[in-house]
Amino acid sequence: MPNSPALNAAKAPPLELTDGSRVGIIGGGPAGSFFAYFLLHIAQRVGLDLRVDIYEARDFSALAPMGCNMCGGIISESLVQHLAAEGINLPPTVVQRGIDSYYLHMDVGSVRIETPLHEMRIAAVHRGAGPRGAKLPLRFRGFDGYLLELAEAKGAQVVRKRVGSVVWDDGRPQVTTPDGARQTYDLLAVAAGVNTSTLKLFQGLKPDYKAPVSTKTYICEFLLGEETIRKHLGSSMHVFLLNLPRLEFAAFIPKGDYLTFCLLGHDIDSGLVQTFLASREVKRCLPPGWEPPKDFCHCSPRLSIHGAKHPFADRLIFIGDCGVTRLYKDGIGAAYRTAKAAAVAAIFAGVSEDAFRRHFWPACRRISNDNRIGQLVFAVTHLIQKLRFLRRGVGKMVSGEQQRPGARRRMSLVLWDTFTGSAPYRDVFLRCLHPAFWGRLFWDTLAGNLHPNHTSSRG
Amino acid sequence: MTTATLGKHYLSGEIIVRKGEVGDCMYVIQGGEVEVLISKDDADVCVAVLKEGDFFGEMAIFEKEVRSATIRARGEVWALALEKKAFLRRVHEDPSLAFRILEKMSNRIRTLNDKLNAALGRRQTLR
Repeated sequence: MPNSPALNAAKAPPLELTDGSRVGIIGGGPAGSFFAYFLLHIAQRVGLDLRVDIYEARDFSALAPMGCNMCGGIISESLVQHLAAEGINLPPTVVQRGIDSYYLHMDVGSVRIETPLHEMRIAAVHRGAGPRGAKLPLRFRGFDGYLLELAEAKGAQVVRKRVGSVVWDDGRPQVTTPDGARQTYDLLAVAAGVNTSTLKLFQGLKPDYKAPVSTKTYICEFLLGEETIRKHLGSSMHVFLLNLPRLEFAAFIPKGDYLTFCLLGHDIDSGLVQTFLASREVKRCLPPGWEPPKDFCHCSPRLSIHGAKHPFADRLIFIGDCGVTRLYKDGIGAAYRTAKAAAVAAIFAGVSEDAFRRHFWPACRRISNDNRIGQLVFAVTHLIQKLRFLRRGVGKMVSGEQQRPGARRRMSLVLWDTFTGSAPYRDVFLRCLHPAFWGRLFWDTLAGNLHPNHTSSRG
Repeated sequence: MTTATLGKHYLSGEIIVRKGEVGDCMYVIQGGEVEVLISKDDADVCVAVLKEGDFFGEMAIFEKEVRSATIRARGEVWALALEKKAFLRRVHEDPSLAFRILEKMSNRIRTLNDKLNAALGRRQTLR
């Protein structure tokens, strides 16, 4: 019986990684680099010899857009801590500024909220080497390049080519590059993000995979100089809750010499950007008389808002943004979590669809379940943004918490975790359920509207 | 070390962790060096020096005992605190996160054993 299914099954390579197994990764952003790093790290720990190729055509040492993965560049408080526990301490050559607080700007005033432990616990980084037109030599390195180097140091090979096609070769994924080179892998991890056409390569290969639903954002970089940033923005992230049509959320992130400006909303166009920059609340944060230059580095990347469907199969797995990621905040943290879950599953449970369902999917499900609560949290935020009397109440409550030594910082923590992505949305939601939270908010809303003074707190 | 260094800044000689206090976090050194001090005959004795990338206070993560040693900054230090609750929640999701700490703790036990054996050896030689 030379072609019997039983014989073929016996001949088929096992759905697990063994010495000499080859792993391909498409995309050398955080998800791809974390996956390579942890896969090789754990493999070395258990004495497994793997060969890992990362396909990344982008040169992260080049200035944007050639070397940038287009993102606000915030490494959340929780990710900074988890990476430190993993032995990955972000060096000052990568961290452009440690963030120790944030300002919430509303039309009813501004409040400053400090990190619960008064530390620089959030890292502001550039994903690429730097914005277009940045002066050479550069003072800092890009975060993505740093992670890719960590993966290389663990033994991953970086293939500086685009992927042209992916097909099944006798049950294993085969990657072909535009120069005709073919490589067959025992496992292929796709970490291509959502700002790429690479995901179309999988339409025929895995028809039940549905790419994430995404929305457009707007990010730009303004060169202000370190001294101006220190004087006007400090080490604080500036979050704006302004009642402007089509605007959901906006933030200023201070970095070395640059200020990164992120805008999230519907149909963002130059008109909305100009209206936002011209608003009184924004002008208050910037140097007097400052006007945006005519030419500056900007991009409109897509942001995943609804995870992919069926992001795994035998020998194939989708991680990071092209799999399941966190709603609006801490996408890099989600990349770390899904990449590590995938690496642990591949080493200890195998590379079958069933192994990924049992050992990788729970990590994705935790994130998507939390995103559902996140949608509710952001709906409330949206309501605050629309209702002035609520903004007064929130502003008064935070201001009071920041000014009263030893006061329980219920609203401050809720806002901190919502806007920095430092805790699961579930925690934010549960904190909001506390009767004392509602009691105080009710009282401060009443007081804030009876005596509507402008809120201002410096923590 | 600049505003680009993460964690909290401590001046030279500043106590970061005091023996006997209740702790709810561990620390990872982001820059500089710290001394591990124990009290002997009413004086502080330095038993180890920890450098960038090392961590301390990890016992507080796993047990409810008070801090077993005092940690003092040796020069300027930046140290990042890892909160117990957030860390243990993540360990629950991904137990391998604790591996590096277990590795380090095992390493410290081995070093302590070596020191103890050396001390016992010296005592027997003196007898």
